Amino acid sequence: FFQYCLSGHPTLPCNVLKFKSTTIMLDCGLDMTSTLNFLPLPLVQSPRLSRLPGWVLKDGSTFLDKELKECSGHVFVDSVPEFCLPETELLDLSTVDVILISNYHCMMALPYITEYTGFTGTVYATEPTVQIGRLLMEELVNSIERVPKAQSASMWKNKDVQRLLPAPLKDAVEVSMWRKCYTMPEVNAALSKIQLVGYSQKIELFGALQVTPLSSGYALGSSNWIIQSHYEKVSYVSGSSLLTTHPQPMDQASLKNSDVLILTGLTQIPTANPDGMVGEFCSNLAMTVRNGGNVLVPCYPSGVIYDLLECLYQYIDSAGLSNIPFYFISPVANSSLEFSQIFAEWLCHNKQTKVYLPEPPFPHAELIQTNKLKHYPSIHGDFSNDFKQPCVVFTGHPSLRFGDVVHFMELWGKSSLNTVIFTEPDFSYLDALAPYQPLAMKCVYCPIDTRLNFIQVSKLLKEVQPLHVVCPEQYTQPPPTQSHRTDLMIDCQPPPMSYRRAEVLTLPYKRRYEKIEIMPDLADSLVPMEIKPGISLATVSAVLHTKDNKHVLQLPPKPPQPTVGKKRKRVSDDVPECKPLKPLLSGSIPVDQFVQTLEKHGFSDVKVEDTAKGHIVLLQEAETLIQIEEDSTHIICDNDEPLRVKLRDLVLKFLQKF
Amino acid sequence: MPEIKVTPLGAGQDVGRSCILVSIAGKNVMLDCGMHMGYNDDRRFPDFSYITQNGRLTDFLDCVIISHFHLDHCGALPYFSEMVGYDGPIYMTHPTKAICPILLEDYRKITVDKKGEINFFTSQMIKDCMKKVVAVHLHQTVQVDEELEIKAYYAGHVLGAAMFQIKVGCESVVYTGDYNMTPDRHLGAAWIDKCRPDLLITESTYATTIRDSKRCRERDFLKKVHETVERGGKVLIPVFALGRAQELCILLETFWERMNLKAPIYFSTGLTEKANHYYKLFITWTNQKIRKTFVQRNMFEFKHIKAFDRAFADNPGPMVVFATPGMLHAGQSLQIFKKWAGNEKNMVIMPGYCVQGTVGHKILSGQRKLEMEGRQILEVKMQVEYMSFSAHADAKGIMQLIRQAEPRHVLLVHGEAKKMEFLKQKIEQEFHVSCYMPANGETTTIVTNPCIPVDISLGLLKRETALGLLPEVKKPQLMHGSLIMKDNSFRLVSPEQALKELGLTEHQLRFTCRVHIQDPRKEHETVLRVYNHLKAVLKDYSVQHLPDGSITVESILIQATAHSEDQGTKVLLVSWTYQDEELGSYLTALLKKGLPQGT
Repeated sequence: FFQYCLSGHPTLPCNVLKFKSTTIMLDCGLDMTSTLNFLPLPLVQSPRLSRLPGWVLKDGSTFLDKELKECSGHVFVDSVPEFCLPETELLDLSTVDVILISNYHCMMALPYITEYTGFTGTVYATEPTVQIGRLLMEELVNSIERVPKAQSASMWKNKDVQRLLPAPLKDAVEVSMWRKCYTMPEVNAALSKIQLVGYSQKIELFGALQVTPLSSGYALGSSNWIIQSHYEKVSYVSGSSLLTTHPQPMDQASLKNSDVLILTGLTQIPTANPDGMVGEFCSNLAMTVRNGGNVLVPCYPSGVIYDLLECLYQYIDSAGLSNIPFYFISPVANSSLEFSQIFAEWLCHNKQTKVYLPEPPFPHAELIQTNKLKHYPSIHGDFSNDFKQPCVVFTGHPSLRFGDVVHFMELWGKSSLNTVIFTEPDFSYLDALAPYQPLAMKCVYCPIDTRLNFIQVSKLLKEVQPLHVVCPEQYTQPPPTQSHRTDLMIDCQPPPMSYRRAEVLTLPYKRRYEKIEIMPDLADSLVPMEIKPGISLATVSAVLHTKDNKHVLQLPPKPPQPTVGKKRKRVSDDVPECKPLKPLLSGSIPVDQFVQTLEKHGFSDVKVEDTAKGHIVLLQEAETLIQIEEDSTHIICDNDEPLRVKLRDLVLKFLQKF
Repeated sequence: MPEIKVTPLGAGQDVGRSCILVSIAGKNVMLDCGMHMGYNDDRRFPDFSYITQNGRLTDFLDCVIISHFHLDHCGALPYFSEMVGYDGPIYMTHPTKAICPILLEDYRKITVDKKGEINFFTSQMIKDCMKKVVAVHLHQTVQVDEELEIKAYYAGHVLGAAMFQIKVGCESVVYTGDYNMTPDRHLGAAWIDKCRPDLLITESTYATTIRDSKRCRERDFLKKVHETVERGGKVLIPVFALGRAQELCILLETFWERMNLKAPIYFSTGLTEKANHYYKLFITWTNQKIRKTFVQRNMFEFKHIKAFDRAFADNPGPMVVFATPGMLHAGQSLQIFKKWAGNEKNMVIMPGYCVQGTVGHKILSGQRKLEMEGRQILEVKMQVEYMSFSAHADAKGIMQLIRQAEPRHVLLVHGEAKKMEFLKQKIEQEFHVSCYMPANGETTTIVTNPCIPVDISLGLLKRETALGLLPEVKKPQLMHGSLIMKDNSFRLVSPEQALKELGLTEHQLRFTCRVHIQDPRKEHETVLRVYNHLKAVLKDYSVQHLPDGSITVESILIQATAHSEDQGTKVLLVSWTYQDEELGSYLTALLKKGLPQGT
């Protein structure tokens, strides 16, 4: 029972479990923080970015000046942005049988796994996860492919060169593993390997294991997974939320009685309260717009944006913002808004009730109808005609390295009237802003991360009581920047087992039982006897059939009838072929009754002698001696088979068979 | 012997008021709770007094399952839960839960407000009833209680229709509700896995029909509508607000678009816009194609189909009107029918099954003079067409479902006795399973033979499977173990472990036989001869000559001593335990025969 840890990122996990000869990958998150080391991809030619000086080593050598550029005191790679993949060398990924996806953010590495490793298994995910995951991938591919970059830098990755670079490039991990973005055909091929599942659906894996997705409350269709056999239960908790936002609430009860609970995807901003952040978001937005400035919200095309739009829906009239246009710009903006309305069954109770009326569950339908919210596939085309300032723009990518957001940063960065509000917690906002410095526009950091915080985790663990907790090492110590905050770590008994990238854990569990079925006719033939009050026992001799990891016991076939008049064969032919198993014996033999029995069966010369541990029963004429002790009986006789068999059967009468 | 008992309170050899009681492993489940469109008296609802005369229904039923929103499957639900009294859980899918109260309210309005009946369920009762409903996802395993679990499968038929698996331990029943095995323009096909239920309860509306290809039927339908409209006639299509209506709307909409037709198409008011809204919001329950393209073009946003106003019926010129209800037994469709029936240019197309007693049934069976309220005689001159667009499985489809699920028994409901009889024979012939078709109130008992699940210790299992893996042992292995039964739990362990767990010690039974052998040689030479002999005979056994001069065959010990009186005789002591009884007994017999010459 092993866990291979392929990702070191606690909220973008990728682990592989080996359990009952089944290999299960849990999520395949893609670490996109690597893109922060790259220069932004501008949609429109940017004189500022194209004039940046090449980076020169301390000794004056300039061989890297094509690949690396210096920009406001930082060094960036001038190349197509690349992502940090999960480990692919720790185990042979073609042996992975299934991949379980917990939410759409944790599947972004899927095409790399399914299309490049010889993977032939099945991927399981819920319908909203797949649909929205597809939108995220589409947006990603689109925003990178629409800005073709001639150059693909690789020299700087050379180990000897990388040593010479300034931080953070010098310390970037596994740069040789960084890969360019996949293509749409690869995305489609990867997604075609997904089988859709619903919450609380029991999925059989090879008859050996059962996996079940449970609502995790974090995003549309987000799930935690139970992986269990008849006796062992592993819970995989990834990206869960106890806050009431739009998704169905988290199912906690089903996590109870886990032997092992793997805990990933906690909040990345443990000190921020999401509700407070939403409030700050609204007030900053209102203030900027009232002063005639524009607001830029770098975001993903699905998820928190639905909640933000809902807050604004309630807020804009009271804040006097009714005439301010809201723009949502993404190649998948329309799809995302449409899809959000059709997953009634995956929504919280309030939203479900709306659908029963029938009304769209999210109020952004009304914002669109009343023209307050407009969506466009990109800044080109219709948008440029409709564009009115001041306005609010929601667009990606939150890393500020590609997508339409790059354009708005360049456009609005020089005016202090404008504000950029960071709501997505995946990227450090200072790092994201680095290539745009110096900036005149205001920057507000309101990270909204609804995932579990440490107080909620500790409550959850008390509630569901797993025997063992496994988590990324980051959760077993306070955050590096707040080392005094010992409350910002997982505290449980026994202490959690932690893992880091490229580590293999042996999970503490020993299987002891397996399920087997007894066929009805065999069950009928069993003779139970009561050994102790309330405990009965039956000896079972049966034929074992195993198919597809299911075991069945059947009545043994009747022994063939001995053919009458069969000639005795030579001795050597009669060697017993297989040893029919004899039962174990238990009990003890009361000497007096045994002697009486012997006499009843015609032994007249029985003599009993006491010994230190028991008795010796002598049959004088037969020259036979029976040693009887508490736990053993020894019959010593001449080679007189009929006699021996008779004595044997008399002894057996006093003993119980097992 | 464990049994499953099934008693239809409705839909037994009949179509209408579906309501089937199932008892399985001590659990009682009611499947559907429908009304009968052919009756206006007590017979319209199932006879719930069958379940209990005076006790609370809640005490007798563990749960109620509703397969889909058609009134013949859910129409009696508020009466059952609020007037007779049931407080337990009611399960249905999300779309059913959304749409069912609307149809119930519509039904109530027609019955109470229009027909003036009293003592019928109220709007409040519908609301209270729906509060008891638990919505389920497709394929979700719902644990009703510790033992009873249910699971919904996609059934096609109408939006949100589901088949349900009911399972207790390893006994299970599948109830299909109404289903459709071929995808249509807006829904997918029913699907179930090879779940091998003890009993499959299937509808059999089209037990004897094998329908021609859907394309032909559609072409036929469009041709008739088109011809009528071309010659200036009016087409009435009585439908239920949800279901076939959307299917036919999509069909006409695309046809109008393609042919660039101008004649108006109307959809009778009230439910319709709402209905289409449900389809938009529950688009994940429709077929693949609609789901894939809904962002670009939502199939339920119709350009050519407009809301109907009562006054339009008297407008001159051609038109097509979809009006509810579908069997012409009341409401708007009946009103329009009365207006248009006298003109032979007009046409009524009945797209679905009509229950006996309804106007729809009468005109379909050829009646052209109808007695209406107030003894008025209505002469039907308009053309009457029947086109089976109901989304029920036909005989082929039913057989296909049986093949998919592999049930051990089949029980037919929701069909006509004569047709059922035919299908029953066909099923028994083809699948060699017994098939039942109880009438209402008649109980069918099915004996099940469930396996008994037992916990086996991994040690014992591994020991056995390890043996089974040896290449030379191809035969199934005999396994020996002890089954410990304690507090209703069953565990199969090795005999050693059983003894240990019960705190008992093993009693060792050992035999030592003296075998006399004539051999004048020295002891160790005799032993060597014995060893060589045994080695030659017992090729498959481990025979060893130990340094202390003894021989072992497996765990059997053989020692030689000289005879105290006769130097020419050696005594072999053969010693074995009871567990080696066969081999020990065999060895003494073998040695007794003496040693062969020359060894």
